[in-house]
Amino acid sequence: MSTWIPLWLHKLGSPPTFYRFAGAVRPWAMGLALLFGVIGLYGGLVLAPPDYQQGDAYRIIFIHVPSAWMSMFIYAAMGVAAFVALVWRMKLAEVVAMESAPIGAAFTFVTLVTGSLWGKPMWGTWWTWDARLTSELVLLFLYLGVIGLYHAFEDRRQGARAASFLAIIGVINVPIVHYSVTWWNTLHQGSTVDIFGHSKMPWDMLWPLLLMTLATKAYYAASLCHRARTDLLALEGGKDWVRQIAEAEAGR
Amino acid sequence: MSSLQHFFAMGGYAGYVWPAYAVFFAVLIADNVAPRLRRRRILRELRGRLARQAARVRRPPSSSVTP
Repeated sequence: MSTWIPLWLHKLGSPPTFYRFAGAVRPWAMGLALLFGVIGLYGGLVLAPPDYQQGDAYRIIFIHVPSAWMSMFIYAAMGVAAFVALVWRMKLAEVVAMESAPIGAAFTFVTLVTGSLWGKPMWGTWWTWDARLTSELVLLFLYLGVIGLYHAFEDRRQGARAASFLAIIGVINVPIVHYSVTWWNTLHQGSTVDIFGHSKMPWDMLWPLLLMTLATKAYYAASLCHRARTDLLALEGGKDWVRQIAEAEAGR
Repeated sequence: MSSLQHFFAMGGYAGYVWPAYAVFFAVLIADNVAPRLRRRRILRELRGRLARQAARVRRPPSSSVTP
């Protein structure tokens, strides 16, 4: 047992093995995301009662908060992958880091737009330069910076290394986003859900939110598998295993 | 008001709740379509490159010099 796990991990680092592995994982991850998503949204939009202060407007929480958590979670995952890529020069870690960035940027964008749509009826404004909102906007720019820097180089691996470096420096913004509501006096409310303690939210509203959190996590896994597979095809274009796939899909 | 109408009205906040959900799903769908299109383009370009290589092997460049 102590030998086959490192051996398996080592083999998983090889592009054709990872390509097959990700292809096997993706349908399951997407299936879980859809299952949790459908149940979670039914619970959130239909079963959960309206909020006593915010009425039905609070129902934006079921996509806003999971997206916000994903924007930070994916950044942290990208930071770890970028660190592995820089230290051990592992090609697969570069792929995971660089293909995480667009997914994280997508969730950050969703967080900002849904937050804006929630802020208008509740705060009376689409946007305010509040610490939470501003740091989340900076997070979006960091994602865009990583994506832009990656594509600015002629050599893809050189670009991935430069962008990995930026990704690692940007990790500093993740705790700033998280603690912004405690460190500064913000218009944005503090956290309602505490995984390790008592959540200030009734169970009827909490379980759909937690299911949506799981759904977005599973979605990230599925999307990352999809993107990493595609990127491996581009990186390994000259190799035999990619040629076989190209020829097998010629009819389509 | 029927229960379905009541549901879509979102207590008067329909103009905020539904666009938020629309953006969420539109972004995720775009996130799924983008790698699919990229994958198709990569494989198409690779097949083109392989076909050109195969054509060069069949017809060596020296044949064009002879009259």
